[in-house]
Amino acid sequence: MSSKRSTFLISALVFGFAFLYVPILLVMIYSFNEGKLVTVWAGFSTKWYVSLFSNDGMIDAAWNSLRIGVMSATLALALGTPAGLVMSRFGRFKGRTLFSGMIAAPLVMPEVITGLSLLLLFVTLEQMIGWPAGRGLSTITIAHTTFCAAYVAVVVQSRLSGMDTSVEEAAMDLGAKPAKIFFVITLPMILPALLAGWLLSFTLSLDDLVIASFVAGPGSTTLPMKVFSSVRLGVSPEINALATLIILAVSVMIVIASLMILRSERMRSRASAGADAQH
Amino acid sequence: MSEAVLERVHEDVHKTQPWNNPDAVPYIRFENVTKKFGDFYAVDDVSLDIYRHELFALLGGSGCGKTTLLRMLAGFEEPTSGKIYIDGVDMAGVPAYERPTNMMFQSYALFPHMSVEQNVAFGLVQDGVSRSEIKELVAEMLGLVQMSKFAKRKPHQLSGGQRQRVALARSLIKRPKVLLLDEPLGALDKKLREQTQFELVNIQEKVGTTFVMVTHDQEEAMTMASRIAVMNEGVINQTGTPFELYEYPNSRYTANFLGQVNLIEGLLVDDDEKYAVIKSDEAGCEIYIDHAVQGHEGMTFWVALRPERLRITKEAPKETKYNCVSGKVEEIGYLGGISTYHVRLESGKRIKVTEPNSTRQIEPRYTWEDTVWVSWEAGAASVLNK
Repeated sequence: MSSKRSTFLISALVFGFAFLYVPILLVMIYSFNEGKLVTVWAGFSTKWYVSLFSNDGMIDAAWNSLRIGVMSATLALALGTPAGLVMSRFGRFKGRTLFSGMIAAPLVMPEVITGLSLLLLFVTLEQMIGWPAGRGLSTITIAHTTFCAAYVAVVVQSRLSGMDTSVEEAAMDLGAKPAKIFFVITLPMILPALLAGWLLSFTLSLDDLVIASFVAGPGSTTLPMKVFSSVRLGVSPEINALATLIILAVSVMIVIASLMILRSERMRSRASAGADAQH
Repeated sequence: MSEAVLERVHEDVHKTQPWNNPDAVPYIRFENVTKKFGDFYAVDDVSLDIYRHELFALLGGSGCGKTTLLRMLAGFEEPTSGKIYIDGVDMAGVPAYERPTNMMFQSYALFPHMSVEQNVAFGLVQDGVSRSEIKELVAEMLGLVQMSKFAKRKPHQLSGGQRQRVALARSLIKRPKVLLLDEPLGALDKKLREQTQFELVNIQEKVGTTFVMVTHDQEEAMTMASRIAVMNEGVINQTGTPFELYEYPNSRYTANFLGQVNLIEGLLVDDDEKYAVIKSDEAGCEIYIDHAVQGHEGMTFWVALRPERLRITKEAPKETKYNCVSGKVEEIGYLGGISTYHVRLESGKRIKVTEPNSTRQIEPRYTWEDTVWVSWEAGAASVLNK
């Protein structure tokens, strides 16, 4: 079979992947550059990694990003899960389409608009009730939670829609009340989706620059903001080292998240394989 | 027969056939139950009595309302109108988790993240039964369905037949008043299905629970059920024992649904207290019926003839005035034990005949294009008016 594949398809594949990954690969290679100039190779070295870890500003920003990521991913999970549950289990109700559209809207909303509107909200709130006092880590966390919750809702909804509702009915039939069914049956069954949603949210929060720039305050610089501002002063190879580390971290998380989704899909298809065999 | 003997026979009949006993109290009662989904009547004014210890089957094609009826009994759907009683208690507003019913789902709906043991124990855990008692009951139930060896396994490590047993054990463990089975054998292959049919009946006899089963498989219903309700488009067409439904169908729908049947349309031409004659242009013959027919002369009837009640011969029978047609063999199905023949009559109608191959032949008895005679006894036919 492999001999049948045309050279056109192979070259399209190679070109496509090269287009996507050569720039990233260059960044990674140049992070090990000895010289100070980003564009001239001067031999192998790991000194930029060493200098990166002694750059306090960078480390603080990374720490901020991590804290915001964990907090907003967790909050997004708490908000997004019920939304996803309602979308897939509530049946038809008036305004369902509107509701589902509103849940998905933050996914396609331009970040500039999300950031600006949240900034306005925070400023107004501060004037009216005095909270949040100034902008900082908490405002960024809230901002990230809003759009991450949308992602979680979509992931949870798709997982639940594919799930056989008779499993929940069976639990009810055997004497479990709705709240109990959710915690004992539904939640364990969608756990992989929840973990995937959390990881996805965490990654999105870690990556975000635009929204964070709008709602950040003094002392709450996130990693992408720090990178962006230092690049404006000239690209240092330190940034290449940092980029390499971020790419690695994000790839690892994405791989874990996809593996979890894959595993839950497989469990599901295996669980229903016997029942579907005759249909 | 002496009076005492007669009385005992009556008692026996009343015990084994409570539906024939006017004093028997139904265990489950549907009273004019209707269920509408939007404008669609899934169940339309159904009244039905099911007695204790019955294995009752709701039989019908897909979308006939049988599953909706079962789900209303389980409490997953509320009737739009009408009442449902279980053991004399009105079930209106009683949620599924408080009903004295348990259900075995078509997909089995096992909890994928729990072991076989935990699945079976689930119902008892909800009721707050003590740990030691749960352990004992689960072990006993797994023994009953022969799954003790697999107690620690997860559902995805089981075969289809094993999952079916776990689902059965899980739904029986709370000793429900009524066990509901939604296509219980639908997901098993043919061989396993036949074997499991008898097992299920044995288990039902052992535990004595009332079973209400939904199936689209007439053979399954006939093998297992004490009585069957044939459903079509949300309405119960006929209720009766497998014997009654097969031998005395009340409509073409029932006759067609249970087993195979040749339906011959004709007009009533002679009606007497003892017999009736129906003249059929469709088959090109006159049909003599050995009992009176409710109707007047000139009315259209359908005569239902089961393929196995027809005789096929090469020579014309002695008497060809009634109940006798001739035609050419068009199709032959040799199934070993029996052969089926499709005979094209001179009128153009096709008749299906099955014949047991009770003796060993050197070569097949009939071949294609053979001219044959098909005849039947006066008592073989049922006369249907709808």
